[in-house]
Amino acid sequence: MQYQATVRIEQKAGMLDPEGTTARRALGHLGYAVESVKTAKLYEIVLEAESAEVAKQKVDEMCQKLIANPIIHNYTIELKEFD
Amino acid sequence: MKIAIIQFGGTNCDMDVLHVLRDVVGVDAETVWYKEESLTGFDGVVVPGGFSYGDYLRAGAIAARTPIMDSVKKIAAEGKPVLGICNGFQILTEARLLEGALTTNEYPKFRCHWTSLRVETANTPFTSKFRKGEVIRLPIAHMEGKFYAEEQTLAELDENERVVFRYVDEKGRPTDKANPNGSLENIAGIVNASRNVLGLMPHPERASESILGSDDGRRVFESMADYITENF
Repeated sequence: MQYQATVRIEQKAGMLDPEGTTARRALGHLGYAVESVKTAKLYEIVLEAESAEVAKQKVDEMCQKLIANPIIHNYTIELKEFD
Repeated sequence: MKIAIIQFGGTNCDMDVLHVLRDVVGVDAETVWYKEESLTGFDGVVVPGGFSYGDYLRAGAIAARTPIMDSVKKIAAEGKPVLGICNGFQILTEARLLEGALTTNEYPKFRCHWTSLRVETANTPFTSKFRKGEVIRLPIAHMEGKFYAEEQTLAELDENERVVFRYVDEKGRPTDKANPNGSLENIAGIVNASRNVLGLMPHPERASESILGSDDGRRVFESMADYITENF
């Protein structure tokens, strides 16, 4: 079975997000008063696995080993069958 | 003695380091392409700066997971000196040879200028030729240089004199203004627990000859070479 995992990587709470802060300031210059802007990274990973459980476990491993840096990032994984 | 200078796709400070080691310090050094698996015959390693793999994912993330890094870990485990400069520092943290992480500068811009640094300890294989508390000048050139670590790690680094360099003003004070990237506690460089792995964001190889404005960086390489001569 093929699955598509959507991995969302964001900074841990308390970490600065200079890109988000700069975007918020630039929005202010355009006249938009927004409370905050937070950036995150999104990865779409398509993989073959026997079950959704196995797929999720594999993607979690990928996040731990490469896609995220657990010192500074939190991540979430959403999984769906890929067609 | 022979020192390996690791090259990844996107490394660009390799030849500067090679020049300083060979022509300025006068020791044997060789570049090693990342596809080589073994570092047999080498007594020390420099992971130079650059933009390995386009800084994709995170600066240093991909280089840290190449096979050559297993050999670098072996060299480190043998107690031989491993020096990571700029992108090399990022690679060593991503490889977990050093704690913490290098994140986007507080003001998210590429910063390339001279900095003043205070040498926090002479008790490393890379700083034996400095005096503790000495203020030196080395240039930085990076966008992801903000040192971040959890409180517990920071406390551990401080307690064991593992912070090697801090950004300071000319008078040696670690002020906010002297901090070019928002690094926690103005940290510019740290060593591992066994003190033989150093990572720093500033570029000692760009300040190893007085004609370039400072030769303070030369002593980093000279200290390293001395340490190898004495121990291996």
